[in-house]
Amino acid sequence: MSKHELDARRLMCPLPVIRTQDKVATLGPGDILEVVCTDHGALNDIPAWCRINGHKVLSTTDDKREVRITIEVGHD
Amino acid sequence: MIIQRKAVSLISGGLDSMLATRAVMEQGIHVEGINFYTGFCVEGHTHAIRQRDRDKPKRNNALWVAEQLGIKLHIVDVIDEYKDVLLNPKHGYGANMNPCRDCKTFMIHKAVEWIEKNNFDFIITGEVVGQRPMSQRKELMPVIARESGAGDLLVRPLSGKNLPPTKPEREGWVDRDRLFDFSGRSRKPQMALAEQYGFTDYAQPAGGCCFLTDEQYSRKLVDMWQHRNSRDYELDDIMLLKVGRHLRPRPHFKLIVGREEGENNFMEGYRKQFISLHQVSHNGPLVLVDGTPTDEDITLAAQIAARFGQGKNEPEVEVGITYPNGDSRTVRVEPIAPGKVEDAWYV
Repeated sequence: MSKHELDARRLMCPLPVIRTQDKVATLGPGDILEVVCTDHGALNDIPAWCRINGHKVLSTTDDKREVRITIEVGHD
Repeated sequence: MIIQRKAVSLISGGLDSMLATRAVMEQGIHVEGINFYTGFCVEGHTHAIRQRDRDKPKRNNALWVAEQLGIKLHIVDVIDEYKDVLLNPKHGYGANMNPCRDCKTFMIHKAVEWIEKNNFDFIITGEVVGQRPMSQRKELMPVIARESGAGDLLVRPLSGKNLPPTKPEREGWVDRDRLFDFSGRSRKPQMALAEQYGFTDYAQPAGGCCFLTDEQYSRKLVDMWQHRNSRDYELDDIMLLKVGRHLRPRPHFKLIVGREEGENNFMEGYRKQFISLHQVSHNGPLVLVDGTPTDEDITLAAQIAARFGQGKNEPEVEVGITYPNGDSRTVRVEPIAPGKVEDAWYV
């Protein structure tokens, strides 16, 4: 298990999802990815993408300026 | 041994692709979704930028549809590849800068590449015969299938009975009798099928999902190309066409005037690429200057900027000017009189 961070600041829907998807494709099951975004829509979109693709959202935080979404990569 | 057949479905986020996907899933086919991002998507960006839209429930409709269907969705960035489709459409444009026929062919071609790479068997779209003037005319649909490289691996379940049998039908992977014969612009058959499938919430019929179908956006795009003497573009260029008022007081420069706080915040990110104007003595919008303005032009730009701020009726407004290299200065200007902002300046 390894931890990674993805800077998706200034990107807007659906680019944060695309960058997350592409990064996750390079990781293995159990790896942790923290995605940092400035588009608050990512709070809906990235968890939705995780649900349909079998990954687990461990936490989300929103300090109004940025959102952070932490994902555990699933199997498959 | 029964082979589990697999299809990829082009998911736009609208009702038709949702229904088409479900119709094939009902036949026991494993379906995954694919969605192509060209950079001209309407919904996500404008909602993300504009403050007034922040309180609206926001969702990416393609992701939402995939979740309703219980399928995976692959979102593919085609921004760079799409440039050739937009700049050199073999079949021209629609009413605005929308190259719908070439766009459809391109996306299906990308889906062909995807199924070859991922060992899927065929492709599904939600196209309906006769629904769209450019890309869904009955005589064109087989042509698009051929030109995209999909050939008879392209199944259009909503109009399948109106089209020649495809390989998945001939091989018995898909039962043609369980496809549909929808045609024309009426939405009633789709709405009835949605009810049958229990879909009560779905995005409104498509057509407004691409900025290239928008007259005002297309005008800004053409204006940008004409005044740069180049039809190339980067993602930042097409993003900035989505925000602000665009005014071109002189051929060699234009102003992008933020309309509200969300747009101003978004435009802040471009201050290292453009000369920017902000009002020091009063509240007012952030203004970006695109082009090659002279010092005299910058003064005019400051006067125009002042017209859109709270000091518009004051005799003088102080405006800060920041250059991409970080240099800055301030000027005191009289806001331009309303009658001197020519209608023709608005792009």
